[in-house]
Amino acid sequence: MTKRFALGIFEDEDVLLHAVENVREAGVKIYEVFTPFPIHGIDDALGIERSRLPIAAFFFGLTGLSFALWMQIYMLGFDWPMIIGGKPHIALPAFIPVTFELTVLFCCHGMVITFYAISKLYPRWKTPVLDVRSTDDKFVMAIEVNENTDMNKLTQILRENGASEVNQKEMSKF
Amino acid sequence: MQHVSPVREPLVTGGKTYHDVTQDVCRQVEAAPNIRWMAALSVALLLLGVFFYSVYRTLWYGIGEWGLNKTVGWAWDITNFVWWVGIGHAGTLISAVLLLFRQKWRTSINRAAEAMTIFAVICAAMFPVLHMGRPWLAYWVFPLQNTFGSLWVNFNSPLLWDVFAISTYFTVSLVFWYTGLVPDFATIRDRAKGPIAKVAYSMLSMGWTGSAKHWSRYETVSLILAGVSTPLVLSVHTIVSMDFATSVVPGWHTTIFPPYFVAGAIFSGFAMVLTLMLITRVVFKLEDYITIEHIALMNKIMMVTGSIVGVAYITEFFIAWYSMVEYESYAFINRATGPYWWAYAAMMTCNVITPQLVWFRKVRYSIPLTFILSIIVNIGMWFERFVIIVTSLHRDYLPSSWAMFSPTIIDVGIYVGTIGLFFTLFLLFAKFFPVINMAEVKAVLKYTVDNGPTYTGQDPHHAPQPVTTHGVPASAPVNYDKHD
Repeated sequence: MTKRFALGIFEDEDVLLHAVENVREAGVKIYEVFTPFPIHGIDDALGIERSRLPIAAFFFGLTGLSFALWMQIYMLGFDWPMIIGGKPHIALPAFIPVTFELTVLFCCHGMVITFYAISKLYPRWKTPVLDVRSTDDKFVMAIEVNENTDMNKLTQILRENGASEVNQKEMSKF
Repeated sequence: MQHVSPVREPLVTGGKTYHDVTQDVCRQVEAAPNIRWMAALSVALLLLGVFFYSVYRTLWYGIGEWGLNKTVGWAWDITNFVWWVGIGHAGTLISAVLLLFRQKWRTSINRAAEAMTIFAVICAAMFPVLHMGRPWLAYWVFPLQNTFGSLWVNFNSPLLWDVFAISTYFTVSLVFWYTGLVPDFATIRDRAKGPIAKVAYSMLSMGWTGSAKHWSRYETVSLILAGVSTPLVLSVHTIVSMDFATSVVPGWHTTIFPPYFVAGAIFSGFAMVLTLMLITRVVFKLEDYITIEHIALMNKIMMVTGSIVGVAYITEFFIAWYSMVEYESYAFINRATGPYWWAYAAMMTCNVITPQLVWFRKVRYSIPLTFILSIIVNIGMWFERFVIIVTSLHRDYLPSSWAMFSPTIIDVGIYVGTIGLFFTLFLLFAKFFPVINMAEVKAVLKYTVDNGPTYTGQDPHHAPQPVTTHGVPASAPVNYDKHD
């Protein structure tokens, strides 16, 4: 399905930040904002919820911790107990390093894979981008429009809030 | 017009705009390889050839090709392993620990330092794997039942902990580095002209568009990766030191090893970062990003960690005497005055005296001196590991089994070869990947701006003028830190 977007191009992140607030106040729904680097405070301005990735990371870490402890206790304690260096079969202090490493391993990889999955980031042949300058030095505010949208009014709102250009672009599969 | 804070030194000099940053970093990625890069790569590939030949000899004839003997069972191989792992630690320190401490100056060096970490760990991994003698059975280190029978690996052994530590460290560093690269790959992708570059960087950038939601998650992921990598990097060298400390060899069996090894790792790592950065900034004309301030700051870290290492050497000596353990005392007297006194002298000179020169401001801010110092520290740290390993082993208990170690040409070949491997990887990275994290540098570009008209968004009749003047936009906030 083809979507049409009005693109407000901004030159500065602080202008954009205030523009986001004002445009939303004016009752315009912002589809997405594309920036060359993370802007602090834009999450609140756009109303993006705080990511729950830290919670996921915690549980991935917990999984790694439990797995590591189970593995070591089962292997050396029950499956094939051996006396090594006069230590008890389940020598917990000696299990700490591997347990720690596997906690970190599960936590990091689990979280990063989740991040790529929920953000739908995967290798593609071609990447559709609304404005290629948004990965260089321009800050792009995309607003979804249709035939009924009053483009003149929208352009005026964006201009008043500091947009240096207002363009339109159609994009399929976005 | 740029308003420079009277308090803070600018992180990036030369009044760069966002577009300038993109241009400066993408320049060498997009341009044809220059002659200096090709020359450097040729030398690196030559050394890589030496590496492959030495590995071939080692695998075909066995590790008898090395100079090891019954008494000195660990020598250059483990020395090189610890040396390379240690070098790797500075990258994680810069990207993780300095991120947690909000040291914004790290933004222009973290990318290359993380790359250094990954390549150094690859070089390090070569040694234990080759030392196995039969590397095709390397999977036996993982918890698989022995020859798929009934016996498991020994989880009480520090050598096994090392397997888990190094593999976790390598994969986590790789993921951390790659996730940071994704937005910059997107920048290169959107500028790419050639069809191959377009597809290659589109693949690498994983469809990154820079949407605010992605950035928000990206920042969360970076912060957690940094938080988790910090104890990870400390654990890795702690476990490496336990390979020695949990043994009963005099000279190894000390509780001071973990902190001493970690400090040494950061010390040598920063020396290597300095060596690489001093070359990179000149070759790729990045002097405005990797400024003299960066060099001075890294020198200071080198001085602090170098001093910790110096204190550790002296403490070891004191404890050897104070413990009144005959073997321990002999191990240390033998280190300083025995047949390997020259290695000990090299280590003491390079690691204890050299970093103290950095107290002088002139030395800290001098590029040629810093370069020489960084090389000296790397040599010194190699000798440190050699001294710890070889001098402790060669005269341990029974004088009848005392021996000397001398490396064979294959030992030298593998060591020099890993340097070739490292530089081949680093040069390829420097040519095809953005050596500076563009997104993060752009984010700190306004760091030093402290005044200028602030747009408050209150007055619709005076819409802010998009600033196209050179340097930092005039609409910068009064204090950039307010968003922080």
